[in-house]
Amino acid sequence: MSFDRQQTPSWRRGYRFQFEPAQNGHVLLYPEGMIKLNESASAIGGLIDGQRNVAAIIEALSEQFPGFPELGADVEQFMEVARAEHWIELA
Amino acid sequence: MPNTGSSLPESSLAAPAIKMPPKPEVGLPLWLLAELTYRCPLQCPYCSNPLDFAKQGQELTTEQWFKVMREARQMGAAQIGFSGGEPLVRQDLAELIAEARRLGYYTNLITSGIGLTEQKIIDFKEAGLDHIQISFQASDEQVNNMLAGSKKAFAQKLEMARAVKKHGYPMVLNFVTHRHNIDKIDKIIELCIALEADFVELATCQFYGWAHLNREGLLPTKDQLVRAERVTNEYRDKLAAENHPCKLIFVTPDYYEERPKACMNGWGNIFLTVTPDGTALPCHGARQMPVEFPNVREHTMQHIWYDSFGFNRYRGYDWMPEPCRSCDEKEKDFGGCRCQAFMLTGDAANADPVCSKSPHHGMIVQAREEAEYATQTIEQLAFRNDRNSRLIAKS
Repeated sequence: MSFDRQQTPSWRRGYRFQFEPAQNGHVLLYPEGMIKLNESASAIGGLIDGQRNVAAIIEALSEQFPGFPELGADVEQFMEVARAEHWIELA
Repeated sequence: MPNTGSSLPESSLAAPAIKMPPKPEVGLPLWLLAELTYRCPLQCPYCSNPLDFAKQGQELTTEQWFKVMREARQMGAAQIGFSGGEPLVRQDLAELIAEARRLGYYTNLITSGIGLTEQKIIDFKEAGLDHIQISFQASDEQVNNMLAGSKKAFAQKLEMARAVKKHGYPMVLNFVTHRHNIDKIDKIIELCIALEADFVELATCQFYGWAHLNREGLLPTKDQLVRAERVTNEYRDKLAAENHPCKLIFVTPDYYEERPKACMNGWGNIFLTVTPDGTALPCHGARQMPVEFPNVREHTMQHIWYDSFGFNRYRGYDWMPEPCRSCDEKEKDFGGCRCQAFMLTGDAANADPVCSKSPHHGMIVQAREEAEYATQTIEQLAFRNDRNSRLIAKS
């Protein structure tokens, strides 16, 4: 089944994406837990604001990082994983 | 990155000929547990607070907590847990939450729910509280209240759990399970789902503090535990099939393991507890150990984490005797829990007796056997209250 890029992701209630200077990277904070995000997940996470849909996130990243044809598939994959883990909600 | 330079002796610059042994690499103190008070309206007989809590020193002031939070945050602490005792008895809780949130912490309130009101839930939200964890003692009113040592506890908890969700918080419900309530695990899970918990901690009692004192009356049998885990897995499958966001976390007690847990992910490696009187510990159970721990009234968090004797005592592997020293699993579990090794063998450096390679493992096996025949009722347990604490401290 193909991924619907018109869906808009938002962080699940109680989940917070934030930069941690001591770890020199972005993390996702949630009740009593923390996930250190890698660079690409951080770039995607930084664009999740409950306003942009997946297509807009892909477009913004394509401008930021031109010349990566797999970018769209990477973002879709991130969204699938994040939804399965219940980090985000897609509406 | 934190400045770890201060952990090098000054003399190494002046006298480069003296070769110091390499210091083990130290992780960041990502987790700060702020035990604000030992005061608590409940009397749970499995409380992890020290047995002699009634004779502990004065509580830290608001300003002193601000300093602790500020320094730990600079060093990388990202999660803060306000705990106790019952943290709600601190009149400055909203102020502490607001400062923690301002500093960038993810703020967790770990409470029994006793003393909570809907107005406080609203006020804490405004202060920036991220999450509330409510602990229950059982799924039914009678057992819950008997364990809590309070007649009104259960109804109050239900009401507060509903209010927590109503005001938009994520919620963790914590059930400490033991031989008197573990057979009701299905009821416990049903209750948590009905209350819309985001996470459910089904934590089989671990034997520290008051729980150690009451071990015989708390440790479930092997059969009880196996059944509880099976029921939990059935609910997990059911929730997953519904794409339900509620997550069930099942904690097996050490006493039914053959290898010890990697306690705290290693001594002084991620976790930093500050107790009500300002004593800093690498884990909340460590207070009872015959190790000198630093106090935040006298030292900076930087010194406490990187330089203090107490936090360096069991870092790395050089302190290990056999069988840990030559064990190929030592980097996985660090020889288990130092507090448990101390409680059960008298020497915190020994292998955690949970490990089947420990010469003291027989104690664990014996405790399992005793669980098969234990007859203690809930009423016969030693309840965690001032009176019992003073009696224990005296004897």
